[in-house]
Amino acid sequence: MKVRTKAYGEIEVEDKQLVRFPRGLFGFEELRDFVILDATQQPFYWLQSVDRVEVAFVLIDPVFFRPDYSPGVDPSELEEIGIETPENMLVFSIVTIPPSAQRMTANLQGPLILNRRTHEGRQSISLDPRWGVRHVIVDEMAQNNPSSSEPSSSAPGQPSAVREP
Amino acid sequence: MLILARRIGESIMVGDQVEISVVDIKGDQVKLGIKAPSQVKVYRREVYAAIQQENLAAAAAAPQTLPKLEELMGGEGRKPPAPPAPAPPAPGKSGSPPPAPKKP
Repeated sequence: MKVRTKAYGEIEVEDKQLVRFPRGLFGFEELRDFVILDATQQPFYWLQSVDRVEVAFVLIDPVFFRPDYSPGVDPSELEEIGIETPENMLVFSIVTIPPSAQRMTANLQGPLILNRRTHEGRQSISLDPRWGVRHVIVDEMAQNNPSSSEPSSSAPGQPSAVREP
Repeated sequence: MLILARRIGESIMVGDQVEISVVDIKGDQVKLGIKAPSQVKVYRREVYAAIQQENLAAAAAAPQTLPKLEELMGGEGRKPPAPPAPAPPAPGKSGSPPPAPKKP
């Protein structure tokens, strides 16, 4: 089917890219049908509303920058969309990208949970107090993988990152 | 809005399955006990509102062109000297392709 997308204009998508949120997302309860697209820029994905082209979210697999992440949601929320085994579960976080992309954040407190088999999903609220709605991705990647943010040996004395208090 | 006065130990029913009782009152803080079936979700209002706000912000901010995460991670001093230039797809253009870069 053809879908009008915010990022790529009108494109053809396959049925397997369709996902349905029977209750919508918080603040977008009236929108149920979405498609998931691989973004041209990894590791991001797009969650595009089928009905409203201007409603599209950037997603990331939270484990990509927080290897210790688990959504910590009430099991009844998983049952609601028919997830019985962890293998059936897909988890994404919504990314907010401000004009200064360095400060982009991921919402780990309101994860999107998808049933891989039925393509049904819901936005859950994490019960884990570690997760908030604004985790700065670049900072947390640097903390979890310090070697990747070290300046190369040819640029000594360069501060690698500005640390927030 | 329905407003009811309750004392410690008293409760109200919402429908026939949700019971909210006043457990304790100290100063300006009230402790509530909530009995509800597991499919009824109970959250602090501010958590729900924060996630809703963040969704609205994320949808409003989503740029058409996404940032390159590896460049953000690398900072200014780590850009490779010759990054592989991704060739953007140019549908509909049937002209001659751009000349391939030649090594000297």
